[in-house]
Amino acid sequence: MASPVNNVREWFAERFPLDDIKALAQKKKVPLHRYSYWYFLGGMTLFLFGVQVLTGALLLMYYRPGADEAFESVQFIMTQVQFGWLIRSVHSWSANLLVFMAFAHLFSVLFLKSYRKPRELTWVSGMLLLFLMLGFGFSGYLLPWNKVSYFATAVGTEIPAQIPIIGHPIMLFLRGGEDITGSTLTRLYGFHVAILPALATLLIGLHLALIQWFGMSVPPGVEQRWQAHPVEKKEIRFFPNFVLRELMAWYVALGLLGALAALFPWSLGVKADPFGSAPAGIKPEWYFLSMFQTLKLIPAKILGMDGEMLGILAFGLIGAAALLLPFLDRERPFNTRRWITGLACVFLGYMAIMTVYGWVAK
Amino acid sequence: MIKVHDSVTCRRGTVIIVAAWLICSGLIAFAQTKNSCLDCHSNLPEPLGVSVETYSQNIHAQKGLTCAACHGGDANSDDPETAMSRKSGWKGKIERKQIPELCASCHSDAQMMKKYNPSLRVDQFQQYKTSVHGIKWTKGDNKVAVCTDCHGVHDLRAPSDPRSKVHPINIATTCSRCHADAEYMKPYGIKTDQFANYEQSVHHDAMVVRGDLSAPTCTTCHGNHGATPPGVANVTNVCSNCHVFQAQLFQTSPHKDAFAAMGFPGCVTCHSNHAIKAPTDEMIGAGPKAVCMNCHTAGDAGSMQAEAMHTQLTNLASAIAASDELLSRAERQGMEVSQPKLQQTQARDALLKARVAVHAFRDSGLKQDTDAGLATTKLTYAAGQKAMQEWRFRRVGLGLSLVLIALTLVGLGFYIRSLEQK
Amino acid sequence: MSSAPDTGAAVRSAPANLPRRHFVNILLGTGLLASAASFLYPVLRYLVPPKLPDMGDDAVLAAHISELKPNTATTFRFGARPGLLVETAAGEYRAMSATCTHLGCTVQYRPDLREIWCPCHNGIYDLNGRNISGPPPRPLEAFEVQIRGGDIFVRRKQEA
Repeated sequence: MASPVNNVREWFAERFPLDDIKALAQKKKVPLHRYSYWYFLGGMTLFLFGVQVLTGALLLMYYRPGADEAFESVQFIMTQVQFGWLIRSVHSWSANLLVFMAFAHLFSVLFLKSYRKPRELTWVSGMLLLFLMLGFGFSGYLLPWNKVSYFATAVGTEIPAQIPIIGHPIMLFLRGGEDITGSTLTRLYGFHVAILPALATLLIGLHLALIQWFGMSVPPGVEQRWQAHPVEKKEIRFFPNFVLRELMAWYVALGLLGALAALFPWSLGVKADPFGSAPAGIKPEWYFLSMFQTLKLIPAKILGMDGEMLGILAFGLIGAAALLLPFLDRERPFNTRRWITGLACVFLGYMAIMTVYGWVAK
Repeated sequence: MIKVHDSVTCRRGTVIIVAAWLICSGLIAFAQTKNSCLDCHSNLPEPLGVSVETYSQNIHAQKGLTCAACHGGDANSDDPETAMSRKSGWKGKIERKQIPELCASCHSDAQMMKKYNPSLRVDQFQQYKTSVHGIKWTKGDNKVAVCTDCHGVHDLRAPSDPRSKVHPINIATTCSRCHADAEYMKPYGIKTDQFANYEQSVHHDAMVVRGDLSAPTCTTCHGNHGATPPGVANVTNVCSNCHVFQAQLFQTSPHKDAFAAMGFPGCVTCHSNHAIKAPTDEMIGAGPKAVCMNCHTAGDAGSMQAEAMHTQLTNLASAIAASDELLSRAERQGMEVSQPKLQQTQARDALLKARVAVHAFRDSGLKQDTDAGLATTKLTYAAGQKAMQEWRFRRVGLGLSLVLIALTLVGLGFYIRSLEQK
Repeated sequence: MSSAPDTGAAVRSAPANLPRRHFVNILLGTGLLASAASFLYPVLRYLVPPKLPDMGDDAVLAAHISELKPNTATTFRFGARPGLLVETAAGEYRAMSATCTHLGCTVQYRPDLREIWCPCHNGIYDLNGRNISGPPPRPLEAFEVQIRGGDIFVRRKQEA
C-alpha cells in the first residue's frame, strides 16, 4: 500500500474510533442455518427506506405543497424535470415494496420466534416502525393531490372519526379542519417529510442498536440442536461475507425498482376537485385494502353495537396485541407459542384473502 | 228529545252561521274568480273531463284565466243550468273552424296581451293565414292544423316548458303526428317520410343526442305559425341563417348559376332536405359515394376539381389520424404528450375550415387551410416520434443499467466465493 | 462483455489462483463503479434546472401586459385546452376558454367586430363569452384574470 493512504488512515484513526468500529464489525457473526435467508429481509427493508430518503429528498427540490400547486408540481416533475419521471416512479414503487418487505420481515421474525427474550424491545421498536411506514404511505398518498388520492384520504380520515368522543378530534387533527383542503395537504406533508422521518430515524437507530447488542436470533429449533451438538453450529462473518450477500440482494431490488419505474411509470391521475363527485370504486393503497374491505363487509349493527366501531376496535386490539406479542409468548404455565403461530397464519391468510377480495371487488 | 229551549238556541246559532257563510262567500266571490266548472269536469271521463292537475299546469290557468275565457258561461255559478246557459254566453265545445279566431281574439290584441306578457308577439294569426295550414283553413279545410293541434288544449304549456308540445325537443314529434300519417296526408298528395328522414339527420342528432336546443327542427326552416315549405330559390337563404360561411362561398361558386339554371334547390341538391346526414369527405370527389358524380362525369373538369379537393381533405384527415395514433401510443407508454395533443386541435380546426371551404368548389380554396393543418400535423407527428424515441431511450437506459447490475451481481458472487474458499 | 465468459472459463481452468482473483476484482470494481454511475447519472440530470424554470400554479401565465394592446387578444395554454385573453378597446382584460362550444374549434378575437368569433362556422360570442349568433349552443367558460406585476394570470373562476 502507498504510504500517503496509510498516513491518511493513521491521521484519521487518531481522531476517530475507526479501529474499534472495524473490530466490532469483524467480531459480529451471523448464524448460518436453513432459515438464514430470512435475515436478509430486515436489511432489504432498511435499504428501501434509504431509497425513499434519497428519492424523497430529490422530490422535495421541485415539489410544492398546496392545493393550487401540488398537482402541477408533480406534473412538472413528471414532464419537465429530466429523469423526474424516474425519481418519482422509483419513490412510489419503492414505497410499496418497502411496506411489503416490512410485512414480510415482521412475519419472518414472528414465525422464527426472534422476538423472544431478550429481544422484546427490538420487536416493539420494529412494530412501531411498521406503523410509521403505514403512516408514511397514508400521508404520502395525498401529496400528488389527484382525484383518487383525494377521495381515498377523505375515506381514510373518516374511519377514525367513527370512534366515540376522541374520533372527531382525531379527524380534525389529521385533516386540519372539517374537510380535506389545502391545510390537510400541508399537514400531511409536514408529517411525511419532517415528523415521521425524524421518528423513523430515531426508531431505526434504536432497532439497529438493539440488533447489534443482542446479535442475530437463532430459531428455537436450531438453537436446541446446536446446544445438543455444538459441532453443527455454523456462523459466517457479518463483514464482509454477510454484507456482500445483502449487497447482492440490494442490487436485485435496485434493478427491480428501475424496471418497474421504467416499464410502469406511476401515473399522475387527474387533479383533485373538491367539488367533483367521488369516482366509483374508490380504493386505498393495497396495504390498507384488507382493513378497508373488512370495514365494508362488517354489518352495520352487531349485537346492538355499531359494526364499523367494532371493526376499528378489533384493528386496535390486533395492533396492540401485535405490538405486545413478545409478552404474550410463553411456554409456561400455558404454551401460547403454538397459538401465536397458528393465529398469525390465520391472520396472514385473512389479510391475503381480503386484499385480493378488495382488489377484485367493485 | 231536545228541549224547546235548546232547540231555539240551536236555531238561532244556525241562522248566524248561515249569515256569516253568505257574507264570506260573497266576499270570496268578489275577491277572486271562481272556477266552478272543475267541480264537475274534473270528475268526468274524457273528452269532457279535465283533471285539476292538468288544468293547474295550463299556462292560461296560471295567468288567472278560467274555462269561461274560451268556453264562455259563468264559472261563478255553482248551478250547472245557470253556468252553462246560452244566456251567460256559454259556447260549449269549440268548433275546430273557430279555434284560430278564438285564440286570436286575445292573442292578436296587443292591448290585451300587454297585461299578461308584453314581449309576446301578436301576429301569430296574421302569420297563420299566410301558412299552408292557414290558407287551407280559410278555404274551409277542417283537417289542417289549428292552434290547439300543436299547442295543446287543456294541457297547454308555455313553449319553454320541456313538456310543451312546441318545446324545441318536441316540435318534430308534434308535426309528425299528422305529417307522418300516410292515411291522414293522403288528400294532400305530399310525402310522409320527413320525420323518418329528419331522425337520421345531423340536426336531430344535435337536438336530441347532444341536447342543443338551438339545433334546427321543423319550424326552424319552415317557420312556425307561417309554416310553409321554403321555395327552391330560398333554400340557400334558409340554410345560411346558420351556415353563413358555406352560403357565402356557395354564392361565389360556379354552382350558383349552374344550379339556378338547372332549377336545383341550392344546398339541398347535395345535402338533401330532411335527411341531412353528417357530411363525410367521401361526398366530394369522383368516388362511388361522391354526390358530385350525380351531375359530373368522370374525367370532366368538375370531377377533377372535386377529386383534388377530396385528396386535400383526406390527406389532412389521415395526417391528423396518424399523429393521433402516434401520440396516443406514446401516451399509453406513459409519456407526457399533452402539448402536441393540444396542438392537434389546431390541425382539426384547419380540417373543419377546409371542409367549409369546399363550398366554393375550387380546389385552390382549400389549400390555405389544408397546408396549415398539414404543417401542424408535421409538428405533432415529430413530437410523437420524439416521445417514442424518449421511451426507447428509457428502455435502453434500463437495459444498460440492468446489465451493469447483473455484471455487479456476478462479480459479487465470484468475490464471495473466492473469499470463502480461502 | 461477450468475452467475459470465455475469460472466466480460461481462468477457472488455470491452476494459479492469483489471476482469477485479479479478474474477479476487476469485474466487481467495474460493475460497482459503472452501476453506481448509472444510478448517479439520472440523479445528477434530475438536479439540473429544467428549461422551464417555473411550473406555475393553478393560475396560468397568459401574457405580459406589454404583449397586448387595447382591442387585441392572444391565446394561451390553459391545461389541456387553449384559452383566449382579450384586452378590450376600453383596456379591460377578459379571459375565457377558446374552445368553441359548437364543434370545438379555437375561437379568436375580431377587433373589427369587437366580438369573439369562431372561424369554422361563424359563431359569435360577446366579450363575456355569451353566444350571441351562429351555431354555438352555450357560452364560453369565462376565467378569472389577475394581474401581478406586469404579468397577466388567468385561473378558473373559484366557486363561492
